Amino acid sequence: MNFDLNLPAQLSGALGPDLILMGGAMLLLLWSAWRRESDDHQRNVGILSIALCVVTMIVVAYYAYVGYTANVGPIAVDNFRWAADEIFLIATIGTIAMSLDYNVREGITAGESHVLLLLSTSGMMILAAARDLIIVFLGIELMSIAVYVLAGINRRRERSAEGAIKYFLLGAFSTAFLLYGIALVYGATGETNFARIYGNIAKFHLEHSALLLVGIALLLVGFGFKVAAAPFHMWAPDVYEGAPTPITGYMAAAVKAAAFAAFFRLWLEAFPTLLVTWHEAVWWLAAVTMVVGNLIALAQRNIKRLLAYSSIAHAGYILVAIVVGTKLGSSAFLFYLFAYTMATLGAFAVVVALGSRGEDRMGVEEYAGLWSVRPGLAVAMAVFMLALLGFPIFGGIGFFAKWYVLQAALQSPFPQTRLAIVLVLTSLVSAGYYLYVVMVMFMKPRDSAVALPARTGGWTRTVVWASAVIILVFGLFPDAIVSFTRRSAPVLTTDAPAGRDNTSLQRAASSPAPEVVSMRPGLSTSGH
Amino acid sequence: MANLLNSIGYNAWVLPALLLIPLIGAVVILLLPATGEGIDRGVETPAARTVAFWIFLLEFIVSLGLWWSYDPAITGWQAGVDFSWIPTWGVRFTLGVDGIALMMVLLTTFIMPLAVLGSWTSVRTKTRSYYALLLILTTGMLGVFLARDLFLFYVMWEVMLVPMYFIIGIWGGERRIYASLKFFIYTMLPSLLMLVAIVYLGLHIRTASGTPDFSYDHLLSASTGTGRTALWLFAAFFLAFAVKVPMFPLHTWLPDAHVEAPTAGSVILAGIMLKMGTFGFLRFALPLFPGAAMNPTVRMIILILAVIGIIYGALVAMVQPDFKKLVAYSSVSHLGFVMLGIFALTLQSVQGALMVMINHGISTGALFLLVGMIYERRHTRLIEAYGGIARVVPLFAAILTFVSLSSIGLPGTNGFVGEFLVLLGSFQTYPVLAIIAATGVIFAAAYLLWAIQRILFNSLDKPDNIHIPDLNKRELGLLIPLLVVIVWLGVYPAPVLRRMEPTSRMLIDRVEGHTALALESEVTR
Repeated sequence: MNFDLNLPAQLSGALGPDLILMGGAMLLLLWSAWRRESDDHQRNVGILSIALCVVTMIVVAYYAYVGYTANVGPIAVDNFRWAADEIFLIATIGTIAMSLDYNVREGITAGESHVLLLLSTSGMMILAAARDLIIVFLGIELMSIAVYVLAGINRRRERSAEGAIKYFLLGAFSTAFLLYGIALVYGATGETNFARIYGNIAKFHLEHSALLLVGIALLLVGFGFKVAAAPFHMWAPDVYEGAPTPITGYMAAAVKAAAFAAFFRLWLEAFPTLLVTWHEAVWWLAAVTMVVGNLIALAQRNIKRLLAYSSIAHAGYILVAIVVGTKLGSSAFLFYLFAYTMATLGAFAVVVALGSRGEDRMGVEEYAGLWSVRPGLAVAMAVFMLALLGFPIFGGIGFFAKWYVLQAALQSPFPQTRLAIVLVLTSLVSAGYYLYVVMVMFMKPRDSAVALPARTGGWTRTVVWASAVIILVFGLFPDAIVSFTRRSAPVLTTDAPAGRDNTSLQRAASSPAPEVVSMRPGLSTSGH
Repeated sequence: MANLLNSIGYNAWVLPALLLIPLIGAVVILLLPATGEGIDRGVETPAARTVAFWIFLLEFIVSLGLWWSYDPAITGWQAGVDFSWIPTWGVRFTLGVDGIALMMVLLTTFIMPLAVLGSWTSVRTKTRSYYALLLILTTGMLGVFLARDLFLFYVMWEVMLVPMYFIIGIWGGERRIYASLKFFIYTMLPSLLMLVAIVYLGLHIRTASGTPDFSYDHLLSASTGTGRTALWLFAAFFLAFAVKVPMFPLHTWLPDAHVEAPTAGSVILAGIMLKMGTFGFLRFALPLFPGAAMNPTVRMIILILAVIGIIYGALVAMVQPDFKKLVAYSSVSHLGFVMLGIFALTLQSVQGALMVMINHGISTGALFLLVGMIYERRHTRLIEAYGGIARVVPLFAAILTFVSLSSIGLPGTNGFVGEFLVLLGSFQTYPVLAIIAATGVIFAAAYLLWAIQRILFNSLDKPDNIHIPDLNKRELGLLIPLLVVIVWLGVYPAPVLRRMEPTSRMLIDRVEGHTALALESEVTR
């Protein structure tokens, strides 16, 4: 079926999964406010939230299965969106499940914490769908504001409050960049819709418009903040350390993935002809992020900060897929997001499982000899670390993710060999800190003075095991995911814009490529 | 025998079975009840070692059939299997043996049960995990030898790394953490570069629809880049393999890893894992990039490094106060011979290199086992802590002397055959290097005999040494097969050589054919 996005009813249809999640979230919000705060109520809200996510996942899967399409409008209806949605929803379910145990331990009785996660996730789903700068902005705000609150949900803890304030201030700061960028792009092109921006750039030869280029630069900075790419990453470690651990996992996995999804679509759909201009900027962003993230992570001795820097490093790897920008790149991008999300979620679930009330013991050294007392958790954590390291079989899907990015980088019409080498070498550096965690768990003797970690809650344990099993099973048989992500490129990249597949970079930049414009129906008809 | 094997369809299932048996075994061992039989003389869960031993023995018996079913008259792959694995990436699960892989597989399955017997009482804690890791490691090692798909090869190559990392890091000596990390990083850096090269190759021969192809056979028949590209690709493979060999100056991980590893770890590292590097040269680096490998400058550099390795390894071994370290450095020297033989590229030298690979696995494996046995008794590996113990432990002394002589290359033992062939073969192409390398044999005699003299003979002047018990039945039982093989390969190596010859010949033809073609085209131009 083809949605006509000009009709409100069909637009709602195209937003079906998003609306289900939002509507459900609002009902849950009411219900959670209805009763007195208590552990039981908090748990019930959480379980219903998980159920709602599962329902949404099924609906998304149905939409993907039917293969809906739509004309050019404010939102996209394509597999890229569905694939990204599923990743966000999986991350959300994992986070809520961890929070169920975590909230009880920390004495957080507010059921709203789960609902806020749902609202944030609906923001992400909008981001993945957005084909209009205004929608991007809406999605980012919806996503971020909920997370600002979540970061400080444990308001009795000083660190949490500090992290929340930092996150809020820097988030607002980056949103300002983004908004200013949007304004300038609009000023230069007179449009906010991706496709029409693209069309107008071609039509009026805006490739060298200073206004547009400054706008793009500001957008890049704004997204750089959101995905914590170096040099815009400074906020991440403090915020990650301060936030409640499940929320940190959520920020590292889902929030980052959502920002990337929007970033990817915007870049490929609105500015493909400006390849030369932004290509080099993103290239450097990727390279610097990989180097900085990995090198600083080496010095971290706090597990949350270590994972924070690791997530910065992974932002760099994902940026490589964006630099590649082909259909294969988008497939690799989604695959990587999935693998990264599973591994990060699992790792944070282990951190939740091993934490104690108040989160005062977060040093990696606390895990010394973990293998002899909690062998299951130690093995699972080793799997997550090896997955993040990108090691085959034992790190499961993590290796294939890196492999795929490498393959995309080398197979692109402009082989990114140098970037591939940087990726590989920085991966080696990352062995230094991922193996450090493994080494501490398995090879250091247990300090008998340290109390045993309390028995892990059932929900968290489930997250740990589910993540590990998914990583390992798909690490042996990745084909299903690969072929799904294969079909999931953002629409314009499938149309091979501007002869990117065979002609030179320069030509792609300079030629307005009229044939591409005609390739997309609706662009000319749905104009002003 | 071949008929019997055929009648049970041996060739169709043997290779997947060889990879699967250890994995199943690992699961079985992990499922053993932890406190089932309690503790036997300080060894946790003694059932684990028994089960592991029988699984390895089963693996050896299964693999032994290859000796008869392999037909040297047929060049090319035998017992091949081919499944689809990741179709969207063009990755296939393709296995097969040729003459070289055959011997390496048999070497592996032969050494593994002995390695288990070697750790029988020395590994006391977490035995289930230990033996499970050994089993997984075996799958990885066999996978490397059997893989005919570059992607599969890479995966198996990395799979070996993690179990060994844990084996060194958990059950190793005092500096185990440092040694295990060094081992991991040293191996991983170049293998990641090799990964980039493999991706490049896979894309190079991709199909029309853009699906990469990693099949080794397809890559062989395609021209894999020329000039500068081939050199870079060769360099990536070269680094990965040279670290594993290890070639001077990339060998510094080896003494640490070998010394800190538990006995079985050292035996496997020296006996099997070092061969991965030289095997990689024979299987991948040379046939895929003959132009680059036979580039006179490149070849000369490698040959000189090999000879430096021979001499350097021997000289450093001579001054080691620690017997295990001495044996470790002797590996650098022996593997130098292998590299010399491979790059001298005559039939004799390549065959000799292969023999050295096998012999080094047997003799050095045996030496590490012996070091482990004496360490268990005295808890020191320092040569100066011993002296005159031949009178206390005559059996141990006799075997140690015999194994050392085979490692030196005494005629009549296996060591002689390999090194003699290498020197003979390389003398035809590189006489000067062969002569220099020959002095390495003399040094080998010097460091080993001198060490033996200080350990076994001299005067029995340390009171601690007076009451060392001699070898027990288990230790004797595990050493006897090694001794038998040492003598067999020393006296009658023909069956082994005959099985490897067609493969070696094909390799040389391919590499030289390519070089000849290149020369010809240069002349005509």
